[in-house]
Amino acid sequence: MNGRRISYFEASARMRLSGLVDAGSFSEFCPPEMRQTSPHLAQLGAPQAFDDGVVVGRASLAGHAVLIAAQEGRFIGGSVGEVHGAKICGLLDKAMVERPAAVLLLVDSGGVRLHEANAGLIAISEIMRAVLQVQAAGIPVFALVGGSCGAFGGMGIVTRLCAEVVMSEQGRLGLSGPEVIETVKGVEEFDSRDRALVWRITGGKLRRALGDATRLVDDLIPAFRAAAADLIERYQTHPLTPAHLDTLLDEQARLAARSERFASARDGLEIWQAAAFADASQVPELTVEEFNLQLGEPA
Amino acid sequence: MEQFTLTLPSSTLPQDIIHTAICGVVSSGNLEVLVEPTATRNACEIVVNTSAHGFRDIWEAVLKDFAERHSVGGLRLSINDAGATPAVVSLRLDQAFETCAA
Repeated sequence: MNGRRISYFEASARMRLSGLVDAGSFSEFCPPEMRQTSPHLAQLGAPQAFDDGVVVGRASLAGHAVLIAAQEGRFIGGSVGEVHGAKICGLLDKAMVERPAAVLLLVDSGGVRLHEANAGLIAISEIMRAVLQVQAAGIPVFALVGGSCGAFGGMGIVTRLCAEVVMSEQGRLGLSGPEVIETVKGVEEFDSRDRALVWRITGGKLRRALGDATRLVDDLIPAFRAAAADLIERYQTHPLTPAHLDTLLDEQARLAARSERFASARDGLEIWQAAAFADASQVPELTVEEFNLQLGEPA
Repeated sequence: MEQFTLTLPSSTLPQDIIHTAICGVVSSGNLEVLVEPTATRNACEIVVNTSAHGFRDIWEAVLKDFAERHSVGGLRLSINDAGATPAVVSLRLDQAFETCAA
């Protein structure tokens, strides 16, 4: 599958995973035949999945050892239930022992699985803690976001904790999803059915321009693979160092200033203008290559 | 959820070519099929777990057709279904068979 032009957005979690890592290198932890399914869904009489919507395991990427998790967005919106969360958490705990070159999280999730309420919320907080612990030990965690569910709710937070966030234009990143905002604040606040608006606000291009995403790539599995391989190489030569308090305070100040600067912005277009794109209205039409070039990034 | 298990006679698939495989995703109108080898060589065991109640007759027709079309003796197929149509079920079963015996 490697090298073929397969849309990352359209692919299943298993297709993404097998196309991303070195051919035949993947070995799965808690595979489907172990039937680690959700006890909560069973109690509710809802359909279960043998992998509870996430595939986790060990692989190599461009020759480097990695631990990798891929969420299946089509199973209950990639939501994090108790078992699903425990699999990701266990993978991160394993990273502390195995010390891979990186941990890759192929995020495709609307956040906590509401059917599992508290168990899902606890799982998210455990994943957050584990990501920080792994990175404090010098192992970078990369979030790859390009699926139909994007990275929202708790998984939006987890994504932003990662050392690197690779997105496609189709990928979306946020805290409350558009439909949640519309439900709570009304359609005047956010029309979740206006697809173009949703993508101008939560999509990969805006996230890259704001610095929430560190790479913007084409919606192709090989493009995500190339970015991940490149990042692994970079961390091999420039290892992750624990953030100093001063760095974190600077980052906090930068985000506070950003929040203030764009407080009245109603659309991604206003941010394109502020980001000094030559023609803001044309940004959604730009190819990834053109976009990265205009953003002042080497291709 | 409605659950039932069918054991259907089918000619034997050579054991050494079978490996565990999973096909499809449990999403609306779709299903996943997990294929594993079993000790019963002259029959195919199919475990169905479906969100749609009252369609056992149609399931049996689709599954019998599958067991007749392919040599699937020695396989256990476990299905998690979220309301797939018979055509989608048939397609996924064929896909699972191709993957496990590839």
